[in-house]
Amino acid sequence: MKLLIVDDSLIMRRAIERTLAGSRFTEVRVASNGRTAVQEFKDFLPDVVTMDITMPEMDGLTAVELILRHTPGALILVVSALADKATAVEAVKRGASGFLLKPITTQTLEEALDDLLTD
Amino acid sequence: MEEQLLKTFARSVSSYFDTITRIPVELGTPFLGEEDENLALDFSAIIGISGAFRGNVFYTAPREKLQALLPLLGEPEPDDRLCAELVGEMTNTISGNVREELGGGFMISTPLLLQGADEVVRTSQNTPLYILPFQWQGHSSRVLLSIIPSEERSPA
Repeated sequence: MKLLIVDDSLIMRRAIERTLAGSRFTEVRVASNGRTAVQEFKDFLPDVVTMDITMPEMDGLTAVELILRHTPGALILVVSALADKATAVEAVKRGASGFLLKPITTQTLEEALDDLLTD
Repeated sequence: MEEQLLKTFARSVSSYFDTITRIPVELGTPFLGEEDENLALDFSAIIGISGAFRGNVFYTAPREKLQALLPLLGEPEPDDRLCAELVGEMTNTISGNVREELGGGFMISTPLLLQGADEVVRTSQNTPLYILPFQWQGHSSRVLLSIIPSEERSPA
């Protein structure tokens, strides 16, 4: 399976890749903002996307919308520090498949992926 | 308001370290900082606040602390680049998490990363600067809060 990791934080991109690459995903690409994420998605067509929200150039929720316009049904797990309920609701409204609140651990990330892939 | 904000951020800091490290922080007593005071440690990040509140959140930490944290995040070889990135991610997470209590009107920017202990902190528009010190595994660091509700006017 292919994974696209979108986060402006190098720490987060590396942490997510370390946790998920190899075990579930054989190919991984990364993007550091929403604009690049949309471009990478169209080129790479990943099976799963992890998407931060607060990023430069284009925020993650806008990127979620654009990706889903291109590929309805794309699996996108929003991974964000924004802890208010309204943000999670908005993410799902825009089409995200799930929402995981930072700070994340290996366990929480794995569980969120399990939920995403079995739904 | 200041007391509530400080408590909210203190909880967010504690929660971050509890989740990532399972080793609790020791929170110090918050105090009022002075304008143009040299408060920065080796690595810092600033997040701008807008919406229902305005101001800045600034987190600063020494290299040793970040080098001790990075392996817990799966980074076996900490370097300065990763230290800078970590402090940015921590500032982002601590600030974003307070939205659980403060709501979505507490809008946060992407972090600006700074390196070097010679950075002078300047508060925004005469906004009071509160310092929340804490220790983790013997390492000190600080969250600096310069935030007021948007409808409040800064004192002349």
